Formats: sequence, structure tokens, C-alpha cells
Amino acid sequence: MSLAALATDNTLSTRAHRVAAVAAEFADRVDADGRFPKEAVEAMKAERLLGIQVPSAHGGESASLLEIAEVCSILGQACASSAMIFAMHHIKLSSLVEHGEESQWHLGFMKEVAGRQLLLGSATTEGGIGGNLRNSICAIEIDGTTCRLTKDATVISYGAQADAILITSRANADAAPSDQVMTVFRKGQYTLEQTHVWDTLGMRGTCSDGFLFKGEAPAEQVFPKPFAEIAAQSMLATCHLLWSGVWFGIAADAVSRAQSFVRAAARKSAGQVPPGALHLAEASNLLQLVKSNLLSGIETYEAARADGDRLSSMSFAVAMNNIKIASSQTILDIINKAMLICGIMGYKNGTPYSLGRHLRDAHSAQLMISNDRILANSATMLLVQKPDFSLLG
Amino acid sequence: MNETIRELLGRVGGLPVAVTDITDEADLYAAGLSSFASVQVMLAIEEAFDIEFPDSLLNRKSFASIAAIEATVAQIIKSREAA
Repeated sequence: MSLAALATDNTLSTRAHRVAAVAAEFADRVDADGRFPKEAVEAMKAERLLGIQVPSAHGGESASLLEIAEVCSILGQACASSAMIFAMHHIKLSSLVEHGEESQWHLGFMKEVAGRQLLLGSATTEGGIGGNLRNSICAIEIDGTTCRLTKDATVISYGAQADAILITSRANADAAPSDQVMTVFRKGQYTLEQTHVWDTLGMRGTCSDGFLFKGEAPAEQVFPKPFAEIAAQSMLATCHLLWSGVWFGIAADAVSRAQSFVRAAARKSAGQVPPGALHLAEASNLLQLVKSNLLSGIETYEAARADGDRLSSMSFAVAMNNIKIASSQTILDIINKAMLICGIMGYKNGTPYSLGRHLRDAHSAQLMISNDRILANSATMLLVQKPDFSLLG
Repeated sequence: MNETIRELLGRVGGLPVAVTDITDEADLYAAGLSSFASVQVMLAIEEAFDIEFPDSLLNRKSFASIAAIEATVAQIIKSREAA
């Protein structure tokens, strides 16, 4: 396809590839400086990727989770931080799309996200809860038609750059820690006082600094549905699936670099299979496992999504947990194999085969909701849940 | 059955409030029932009533309130008797 034709081709995949090209150009600088990938996010807005999940009737494109995961993967192959920002935005947007139609305010806001390409941030983590997002210490205060919230949010990814923040809290001052609500605060309705700096091994561009959040907004901005249901019915599944899309993208690019390396070696020594070729076959095998696992997970989610009981069932939760565990662990094996193939050229920065950024970014996968926590959660459920061994599903 | 369920809930439910203060219809998750504790309650109920929860009933709704647990257990006992 000619460049001119590419510029007018507006399929989702082409638009995502155009954003990926921008993201790739700045990926190393974003990583080195630990700065927000503003060029890539501006490109996402210009290509109108931030609203694709919103139903067409409300100004979006009714994109399926599979299509969104594909964009995550395309971006993940270019710049993992940009891809993760895109994924986190869409995880938050899924709360609005799946649960927002029940309230006029949320419906209107969803339309605005699509129309004005607003970037949504998330504040579920809080100092003192030990990483369990299903518990809150802070409580929202409803005073007539106004709500107020102060939260010691130890992590708000791209908090300073987001156009709105979806934030969890206890439902009221007397509520149990697990009796939570989520509220949308728009930029201008809150202040952020930075408390922690995001200086990390990888995913350095997500700028997940810690902030003391103080917000005041109309009380109608609180989601009517309890956060427990939002978490169970859309957030946890879309989290694991879209994150896995990003991680698959990181691993896929590592395999692609390793394959280029092996091919270059094979061309130089015609008639001989380069020593790294066996590792490449292994990496390709593992990459296929991650892909199949992710695709089957998306299929499971799509099949369950119309049925609230199924979405909040233990078998579904165990299945989603398994997808997260498998993809987050396997990509490290894959990138490690790619590193063995590329050798010092992979270990060095600034070569066409560099894999340091991939490896560092990929290490976040096991920690974003700690795999230990997820395994413990599955282990508890498996005390009563019986696995389904049927291949027919 | 209601009494047994209440007794088990009080023993293994880890609730921050007394079971006697919870109505049959009250939302147990809002009252502070954690997912870990809900599994402990399920196990205790399986043991007490000599039943096994089928996968289709292992969801939040089945354990959302004391009344819901009662209905779930009754449904399992009834389908066992019919079998």
C-alpha cells in the first residue's frame, strides 16, 4: 500500500499502527527520561482511539474487547508505557460503558469522553490497604448535592496528565472497608499533591506517581452501582485481558527482533542453521501459548458478559486469574529466550536488537496486582470451585 | 436452617458486626464479608448440610445475604431429593 493510501485508510488497525509509529519513535526517550509519552497520547487522540469502546449510538465505535486488545498489542510492540496508558484508559472506560448507562450524568460523560477524547485515570490504590483494591480506608462524604473525597493515593498512573480520575472509596463514613463506590472527578474538580515519584525499573512512561487527592464534585458523579459489582463484572476481567494484550505485544516485538537476528545470521552463513534458531522455535511456541490463552479468555468474557451471574461466578474469576498469571510469567521466559538469541546485541541499548526495555517493562507484569495475591485468591476459590474439564466449554 | 447458617456465618464469616445485627435480607458484602471469608462460609455450609455447591451457584448472588444462602442451600437439597 502506498503512503498516500495508508494516510486515508482508516481501519482501526491502520490508525493503531500510525499511533504505534509515533510511540516507537519516542519510546527510548520516554523510557530514559521516565516522562509521559505525550506524543503517542496526542496521536491516540488525533486518531480518536480513546473513544472506540463507547457505543456508536453515543459517539464511539462500539469496538469489541478483542479489537481493543489488538490495539493494546500493536502499541505494546512499539512502546509498552504508551500501550499500558491506552489499556488503563480503556479499563476505566469499560466501567462507564458497562455500568454508566444507568445514570444520566455518566451517560453524558461517556459521550464526552468519545467526543472530546478525554484521557481517564484511575485511583484505586491507597496507602495502608496493602495493595488490595477491593478495600478502601478513605470514605466519600455526601453533603446534599455535593460529594467530597480526600485519598492518600499511593499510585495514580498519569495522574497529572489525565482529564478525569475514577476513584474508589468507602460508600460513607460508617461503611465497611469492602463497601465501596467509585466516583468520577473531572480535571478542575480535584487537586493533586505529589507524594511519591515513579522512578522505576520499567514502564517508566506511565508516570504512576503517588498523590494526595482532594476532590469536590456534584454527588451525581458517584456511580450508582456498588464498586464490588463494577469490579467483578467488568474491571477485573478487562484489566487482565487488556494488560495481557499489552504484554503479548511486548513479547511479540522481542520475538520479532530475535527472528530478525537469526535471519541475518542465517543469510551470512548459508546452508547452516544458526545456533539461536532453536531458542527462536521455543520462543515462538511460548508466544503462541500466550496468544491462545488471551484469545480464549476474551472469548470467555464475551460469552459471559451478557450474564451478570456468570461474570461474578468463581469459575469465571479463576479463569481470568489464570490468564493474568500465565501471560505475565510467560512473557518473561519469551523475552529471556529472545535475549539468549540476540546475545550482547540484545543486551546493549541502541541496537536494532536491543531488548533491555522490553525485559524491564515486562517485569512489571507480575507485580501489577501481585501474582502472589492472585494465586492466593484462586487458591481460596479452588477450595470450593470445581474446574471444568470439558473441551466443549 | 437459618439458625445454622447464622451460627456458621458468625463463626467463620469474620464480620465486623454481630450476626444478630444482620437482617436476613441485608447485603453481606456491604456488611464486610470478604471473598476469602465467603469461601470459608461455603465450606462450613457444605460440611454442615452434607452438600456440594455446583459451579453454577458459586457466584456473588448466591451468598449476597442470609436469605440468599438459605435459598441456595434449599435449592441444592431439593434437587438432591428429586434425583
